[in-house]
Amino acid sequence: MMWFNYAQAQSFMPTEGTKIASQVDNLYGFLLAASFISCVIVIGGMIFFVWKYRRRTETDKTAYITHNTFLEFLWSFIPLVIFLAVFAWGWNIYHDMRTMPKDALEVQVTGKQWAWEFEYKSGVKTGNLLVVPVNKDVKLIMTSKDVLHSFYIPSFRIKQDVIPGMYTSLWFNADKLGEFHVFCAEFCGTQHSGMLATVKVVTQAEYEAWLIEESQVGMLPLAQRGQKLFQAKACASCHSVADASAKVGPSLWQKFGTKELTEEGEFAIDENFVRESILSPNAKTTKGFPKGVMPTFQGQLNETELSALIEYIKTLK
Amino acid sequence: MASAAAHSDKNYLNESSGLWSWLTTLDHKRIGIMYFIAVMFFFLLGGVMALLLRLELYSPGQTIMTADQYNQVMTYHGAIMVFMVIIPGIPAILGNFFLPLHIGAKDVAFPRLNLFSWYCLMAGALLAFSTLFTHKIDTGWTFYTPYSIKTGTSVVTMVIAAFIMGMSSILTGLNFIATVHKLRAPGMTMYRIPLFVWALYSTAILQVLATPVLGITLLLLSVERAFGVGIFDPALGGDPILFQHFFWFYSHPAVYIMILPAMGVVSELITAFSRKVIFGYTAIAYSSLGIAGVSFFVWGHHMFVSGQSTTAGVVFSFLTMLVGVPTAIKMFNWLATMYKGSVLMRSPMLYALGFLFLFAIGGVTGIMLAVVAVDVHFHDTYFVVAHFHYVMVGGTLMAIMGGFYYWFPKMFGKMYSESLARLSFVFIFIGFNVTFFPQFVLGAMGMPRRYFDYIPAYHSLNAISTVGSWLIAIGFLISLYVIVKGLISGEKAPANPWGAKTLEWTVPSPPPHHNFDVEPVITAGPYEYR
Ligand code: HEM
Ligand SMILES: [Cu+2]
Ligand SMILES: [Cu+2]
Repeated sequence: MMWFNYAQAQSFMPTEGTKIASQVDNLYGFLLAASFISCVIVIGGMIFFVWKYRRRTETDKTAYITHNTFLEFLWSFIPLVIFLAVFAWGWNIYHDMRTMPKDALEVQVTGKQWAWEFEYKSGVKTGNLLVVPVNKDVKLIMTSKDVLHSFYIPSFRIKQDVIPGMYTSLWFNADKLGEFHVFCAEFCGTQHSGMLATVKVVTQAEYEAWLIEESQVGMLPLAQRGQKLFQAKACASCHSVADASAKVGPSLWQKFGTKELTEEGEFAIDENFVRESILSPNAKTTKGFPKGVMPTFQGQLNETELSALIEYIKTLK
Repeated sequence: MASAAAHSDKNYLNESSGLWSWLTTLDHKRIGIMYFIAVMFFFLLGGVMALLLRLELYSPGQTIMTADQYNQVMTYHGAIMVFMVIIPGIPAILGNFFLPLHIGAKDVAFPRLNLFSWYCLMAGALLAFSTLFTHKIDTGWTFYTPYSIKTGTSVVTMVIAAFIMGMSSILTGLNFIATVHKLRAPGMTMYRIPLFVWALYSTAILQVLATPVLGITLLLLSVERAFGVGIFDPALGGDPILFQHFFWFYSHPAVYIMILPAMGVVSELITAFSRKVIFGYTAIAYSSLGIAGVSFFVWGHHMFVSGQSTTAGVVFSFLTMLVGVPTAIKMFNWLATMYKGSVLMRSPMLYALGFLFLFAIGGVTGIMLAVVAVDVHFHDTYFVVAHFHYVMVGGTLMAIMGGFYYWFPKMFGKMYSESLARLSFVFIFIGFNVTFFPQFVLGAMGMPRRYFDYIPAYHSLNAISTVGSWLIAIGFLISLYVIVKGLISGEKAPANPWGAKTLEWTVPSPPPHHNFDVEPVITAGPYEYR
């Protein structure tokens, strides 16, 4: 099986983070090799014939060969056999991909324009960051708040569309420590290409420590809780906080306490303004930004969380 | 003698003159030319958009446009290239012009309907372009719900435009089916028609059977958007995956609407420039029909990760493998046709060989995508973008170019500069590979499609791809020059410059208004090179 591995090294696939990933790569390596050979036969044959049978005189006579049943049988049958073989091989791996493990660590995933939210059984919530223990079956139960998205981890070779109004699921068992990209692979509007997240694979002990730390967020000072929420609710995917550059929405850097020109007139940015902007974003929209883009967070934040966010925004100087 | 000379000066081009005589013409040849002008314009527009997309992707982050603008340009590029260039391309231009000539007919079965189809395409195109001046649309050419229901752009107008253009496609198909059945010259049995006609005939069946499904789907989408009836939007109790099933039930057969005619053109080019009877006429003819038939049952291969069931995924993967076989058969038949032939490397043949080369790559990568476990990784990445460009540009567009250079002398009665035509091929062929081959690698590395921005790891391959797009552009500009120069100052073309055997080469170049002065009587097959 040496040459499979060789093909795999040449295939430019991202790091293999799971066993399924290496199975997929073996199959892909085979497909690459078979494709390469087929192309050499077809393209090489073509070039050879073009050269060997080039026109020499205007009156060249050509052979009158209308068909050859045996050859035609061969070149239908051999491809068919190869196609069916790779079909079966692909089916086999697909079966494993789609058979959900029992006793897996379950994480709820919600896609929304343009961020990923993760919620653990213990109630811990994160934004755009999925932390999982190594060598453990993890099952993602996924849905969307708005339009279609697709949860894609290239290193694990898995992908699944995320659909509003129903659940879809994915599973994986990461066998390498490290951080891996998550992309959104189904077009979902403006920031589709910015809808990124990270899967962080850590040891079981690190995972447990992380969970405890996250669940104690309630004990942190308000502004620090606000900062965490700002990430978790993915406010950061649309608002910059370190400089004045606009993303999908206006920057929040050095905004608190100043005046904002909105479509509805000029207003002071105070606690009430920020509160309204979070709960009814379309009541007043900053000039130069379209209405209806920011979703409402009504019902998703309690009073303490709102105050935490406001405190955090005050600190952006 | 004098009257015979005067008679032979009259052809379909100078038989009457003035813009009005063109806009009201019922002559299939003139309608073909009008399609050519329109499609060339659309291609230019779609091409400029492609260059802009590639320029934006030259480096990560914002380069020349905003994310929203990128999404809009991407949508128009895709929609224009699919609905206005590749689908009408071969049937409406070359098919209109040569189908009647190939079967020894004076015109298509319904000349008025033929003109009406052209106006449908124009009306649809105008409506589609009107959205450029109101709210530009950003859904991608696939109009997936519920995004297409929620986004604040003029989806309804665009969708109605696509509906009208679909109408044009259906009517052309209908016309061709009737023409092939009813207007063949005496002695022109179904087994004596050129393979180009077989390909158009198979395509026509798809156009007539599949396009209405798209029409209905798009109407349902409009109804949902306009009146809030819950069909596809889960917020209204609808099912978004249903839309994908409907959409691909049309759009998979549609990819064969795009490629079958190209295969027909390539069959003609390869026999003509090998001066040899086609190998396996029946196999090629029936594999076209076979592809057309099976293509209705493979749509689910676009939906392996959409949320359709595992069983459905496996079944669609299996059926897709079956479509691969007739395609492979055709490749081998074309190769066998060159065996012991007398191969002349003129520019049309270069394009035909370019087709074989690129379509081989498009084909094998298609099989990779049909292997369901592998597609889970590749779906909606640049691997798919590369694959469909290899098939649609490397396949269909190469065939359009080859066919156009092959029939140019017949259509316009002039020759073009062979050396410049070859130069144009070299730029297009090399540029194409430089542009799209790196995209296979990008896809394997995991870069999703429809991405305005990307992580730095993808930078260098994207930059190479963008440089390739400039080479393609140079190639097409040279071709444009070849055409214009040929039209203005090309030498007069003989009736049969290539020594080909099909019927269109028996009439003068350009052909007279009624094609054949004397109705031909056919006594042998189309490729009698003995
Ligand atoms: C007849 C020729 C062509 C056809 C039929 C065609 C077709 C398409 C289609 C259907 C799409 C998908 C749009 C979507 O995802 O909504 C697309 C995307 C694209 N095409 Fe083309 N195309 C053609 C030529 C070209 C050329 C020559 C270039 C480059 C020089 C090009 C560059 C692109 C790019 C950059 C995208 C965007 C990919 C993405 O962000 O997903 N295309 N094309
Ligand atoms: Cu997305
Ligand atoms: Cu398909």
